[in-house]
Amino acid sequence: MMAKQSIKFIVVFLLVLVSFKSFADGGSSHHEKGNVIDTPQEIKDHIKHHLKDSHDFHLFSDNAAGKHYGFSLPVIVWTSKGLKTFMSSAFHHDDAGHVVVDKGDVKLTKIHSKIYELNAGATAVTFDDKHHATNAHKVLDFSITKSVVGMLLAGVLMFLGFVTLAKGYKKGPIPTGIGRLLEPLVIYVRDDIARPNIGEKKYRKFMGFLLTVFFFIWILNLLGLTPLGFNVTGQIAVTACLAIFTVVIYLFSGSKDFWAHTLWMPGVPVILRPVLAVIELVGFLLIKPFSLLVRLFANMTAGHFVVMSLIALTITLKESFGAVGSTGMSLVLALFISVIEVLVAFLQAFIFTMLSSLFIGMAVEEHDHH
Amino acid sequence: MVIPNLVGAGLIVLGGGLGLGQIGGKAMESIARQPEAAGKIQTAMIIIGALLEGLAFGALILGS
Repeated sequence: MMAKQSIKFIVVFLLVLVSFKSFADGGSSHHEKGNVIDTPQEIKDHIKHHLKDSHDFHLFSDNAAGKHYGFSLPVIVWTSKGLKTFMSSAFHHDDAGHVVVDKGDVKLTKIHSKIYELNAGATAVTFDDKHHATNAHKVLDFSITKSVVGMLLAGVLMFLGFVTLAKGYKKGPIPTGIGRLLEPLVIYVRDDIARPNIGEKKYRKFMGFLLTVFFFIWILNLLGLTPLGFNVTGQIAVTACLAIFTVVIYLFSGSKDFWAHTLWMPGVPVILRPVLAVIELVGFLLIKPFSLLVRLFANMTAGHFVVMSLIALTITLKESFGAVGSTGMSLVLALFISVIEVLVAFLQAFIFTMLSSLFIGMAVEEHDHH
Repeated sequence: MVIPNLVGAGLIVLGGGLGLGQIGGKAMESIARQPEAAGKIQTAMIIIGALLEGLAFGALILGS
């Protein structure tokens, strides 16, 4: 009886999730015509827009009334005239360089989610035939964008969860509430990821990093599946930064043996040693971090792309199957792919942590000398 | 003659699929032979799968 009820609950929950997601995504585009999205090109543009970071937090829009719902976020930019801060509502949802914000000595505009500073004397942006701005240049952007909000949210969630878990141990040996969910995961990361790969003696030092990375990626991947429409782990800058952390950690904790084996491999002919050193260095400095960052980025981007394309079936198949048929089809497909995405969200966090600990394990390993 | 990007993407997916099939198939075989080592085999399988995935995605990103 209980099992049946919980299955029912999960099904209803997932249906609500999918419908809300399509609702939220369906609204978050704002194209100039002000009517609903109905052509493949518009769907493509809309998905591309969703995959990028944005300066305002957009929940949904009423295209008929031309209204957008959501909230604006602070823009913090370093221009040629110093630091400028204002709210992104100053752009009035413009993303094509039409609205110019005058901050006294500099004029700023937003083109394709990037902030540009107009050159001195210019009052409007002009484009060349490839749609590059000719009289404006990019500025250093430290804005609290949607992705930054997502990361802060993940940080707050992790802080609350783990503080609750830590406090739970003061009351007794068995955690309660959210701690019941977190404790097995922490132990899983320790016993199945860190210990076998880094080794019994040294794994403790790296647990902080591995746990942080694991839960950070996992929570952000899951946030990406909510109707809020975050795509933080699908930003290449975010994944690149995480990969750089891993590289810095394994380079700076490398043992004497690691460097000896990397730079001057013992046991091979001397003539081959420089060649091997180059290969090993390229592997550790370029290929390993590149594969780490590309894997997470591409997986999450591809996942979002597939979910949104399947939701868009409501529009693309309306002509051939009718409104009910196309909606039902997209609902079923989007539901199944969302369930797979929940698995992928965990798997990618696991893989990133696993490979990080594997690389760290290679670096800290000490060989027996014969 | 210019080969379209999509053909390249298809070739990458073909190669990646062959690789994943090999990994998955062999892992299944070895688990069937030694069910008590299933955990270790699974971990190794996922690591190799992830490395392959990185390769395929790298090629896809470079191609697009």
